[in-house]
Amino acid sequence: MTKTDWTRCFAIVAAAISLAGCHNDMWTQPKLRAQQESDFFADGQADRMPVPGTIARGGLKEDEAYFTGRRNGKLVADLPSRVVLSKELLARGKERFEVFCTHCHGYAGDGKGMIAQRGLSLRRPPASYHTQRLREMPIGHFFEVMSRGFGVMFSQATRVPVEDRWAIAAYIRALQLSHDFDASSLAPDETQKLNVPADEQLGLPGAHKKGEAEGAPSKE
Amino acid sequence: MPQLFSRKVNTYSRVTLFCALALPAGLIFAGSAITRSAANTNVNVPLDQPVPFSHKHHTEELGIDCRFCHPSVETSAKAGVPSTETCMACHSQIWTNAPALKPVRESYEKGTPIRWQRVNKVPEFVYFDHSIHIARGLNCNTCHGPVQKMHITWKGNYFFMRWCLECHNEPEKYLYADPAHPDMEPRQKAFELYKKNKYGQDLTPVEWRNLEGQPLKFDAKQVEAGKKLVEKYGVKTKQLTDCWTCHR
Ligand code: HEC
Ligand code: HEC
Ligand code: HEC
Ligand code: HEC
Ligand code: HEC
Ligand code: HEC
Repeated sequence: MTKTDWTRCFAIVAAAISLAGCHNDMWTQPKLRAQQESDFFADGQADRMPVPGTIARGGLKEDEAYFTGRRNGKLVADLPSRVVLSKELLARGKERFEVFCTHCHGYAGDGKGMIAQRGLSLRRPPASYHTQRLREMPIGHFFEVMSRGFGVMFSQATRVPVEDRWAIAAYIRALQLSHDFDASSLAPDETQKLNVPADEQLGLPGAHKKGEAEGAPSKE
Repeated sequence: MPQLFSRKVNTYSRVTLFCALALPAGLIFAGSAITRSAANTNVNVPLDQPVPFSHKHHTEELGIDCRFCHPSVETSAKAGVPSTETCMACHSQIWTNAPALKPVRESYEKGTPIRWQRVNKVPEFVYFDHSIHIARGLNCNTCHGPVQKMHITWKGNYFFMRWCLECHNEPEKYLYADPAHPDMEPRQKAFELYKKNKYGQDLTPVEWRNLEGQPLKFDAKQVEAGKKLVEKYGVKTKQLTDCWTCHR
């Protein structure tokens, strides 16, 4: 072989070695990420459930009223002491209610969410909160419905953490009050404000108008 | 004495010279074009999913909030794919016999998860966190493309390092306040866009482009406003492009 041949040979080997360095063990590492598949565990899932009965540090659920909505087996009538009724609590409740409940129960809690409006009624329609029975229910009931589900409604507990459930329960109470109120007891300047369309009061311009026109083809 | 080289050789040598320069450039160009093409990155390619789940049906038409199905997106690194139980909350009652939903029902009965194909992924040496981006008011479509329009989910952007850095270098070109609710929490603003779209409210050109997953194209004034937001939110611009931010 000539000198150039040797050089060429060297170049090819060098290229081959550096190419061999290109493997992807950094791209897919032996660690497991959330929701990944795993061939290590029998059920093929990387996500593990805690052993039954596990209590995380600081996670002991001693406060019965706060975590179950019941005290000594009876539904609580007031917010548990840990939850402070405030403007912020209601604002949080409104936000979370609109995320997790409105598509079934509607923005006003009247059971006319988008699913019902589109004519796709659930086998049992979502409840309206504005019935005498529900107005008289202690607040713990709403917490319990969210935590455990009710009839055909599934539990929301995996999505809505405990503190948010109380915020939503408080907001539902506010919704109920707003729909069961004697307007004649208001001062005249307050009555004026009542003439604002309901959707604007909800901070949702156009919601109801659009809702009625829902059957119309979308603007796309 | 006759000429050593004929006239033709001039052309040959020019062509050779040109090729010597153009070929590597062309190769690099072709190489990067291939790397960025859909064949390599899967951008804009709907994947073959076990259930033909449609974001268009569920988010735009039914108006379900992203957080109903991706509840951890605001508070943790992962947005996560929803549990079967989330689907069954409705599908135990609606479309209970639809063949398309058979895998969902089976999964619910047997307790085995549905195996969705992963659409968006960064390599495992990259650390990404959803919560901080949502907390700064970035709408999902900035990164994921027009999700509310997708019948079958596709990837809106290639997540190359370059792409992340474009924004981390100049976050002021991506942050804007909602003109209708200037004081809204940025976290909430990120989702307000879908609601405004659903209820047919007026959107500014920037909001439209954001919703469509297109580049925002800020003018000088908007960049100025963006800078103010960067300050207001306390974005740590100094460390945003440090290697350890994303490689740790
Ligand atoms: C998938 C649709 C759906 C979602 C989401 C949903 N619900 Fe319901 N809800 C229902 C249906 C359907 C009923 C009626 C159940 C029945 O009568 O069997 C109901 C009933 C109720 C009731 C009435 C219980 C009673 O005593 O009559 C309350 C209170 C309630 N839901 C609260 C909530 C709250 C709070 C949320 C949000 C965290 C929520 N729901 C989310 C569908 C839903
Ligand atoms: C009804 C439940 C539901 C809602 C609401 C929902 N999603 Fe999803 N999303 C899913 C499911 C199921 C998947 C997995 C299947 C797939 O990739 O299409 C998914 C996947 C995704 C993915 C791709 C995940 C991957 O594999 O990389 C993105 C991005 C996404 N959703 C964004 C959104 C955004 C943005 C919204 C709000 C506009 C939203 N989703 C609302 C159920 C939902
Ligand atoms: C809030 C209620 C709700 C939830 C939660 C929900 N869906 Fe649906 N889904 C519907 C409704 C209503 C329809 C009918 C849509 C239509 O045709 O207007 C539907 C339709 C569908 C269809 C048929 C669409 C078609 O084009 O044929 C599939 C598939 C589907 N859903 C999958 C899922 C999966 C998977 C999940 C869980 C991630 C899920 N859905 C969660 C309400 C829901
Ligand atoms: C700054 C860009 C960015 C924004 C904004 C963003 N995402 Fe993502 N998303 C990503 C990246 C990058 C990945 C891949 C993450 C990985 O591989 O770990 C991803 C992955 C996902 C996944 C797949 C499952 C997972 O958690 O890895 C879902 C679902 C998702 N995003 C939903 C959303 C939703 C819903 C929003 C809006 C609330 C959102 N994303 C906003 C960049 C973004
Ligand atoms: C549209 C703009 C945008 C894009 C695209 C983007 N980011 Fe970010 N990112 C931000 C902003 C804004 C912050 C908030 C920084 C702060 O508040 O200090 C952030 C913060 C982060 C942080 C936390 C930083 C810290 O201080 O702990 C990580 C990690 C991160 N981004 C990773 C990524 C990765 C990986 C990608 C690409 C897949 C990406 N980002 C794409 C805008 C963006
Ligand atoms: C904003 C987040 C971010 C920062 C900051 C960042 N990277 Fe990356 N880096 C990424 C992502 C995302 C990828 C994956 C690209 C892909 O999918 O190919 C990556 C990939 C890489 C790779 C693999 C080669 C490649 O491009 O595929 C190297 C090497 C790398 N980064 C080095 C660095 C160095 C050195 C720095 C600091 C100067 C840095 N990175 C800063 C996000 C980041």
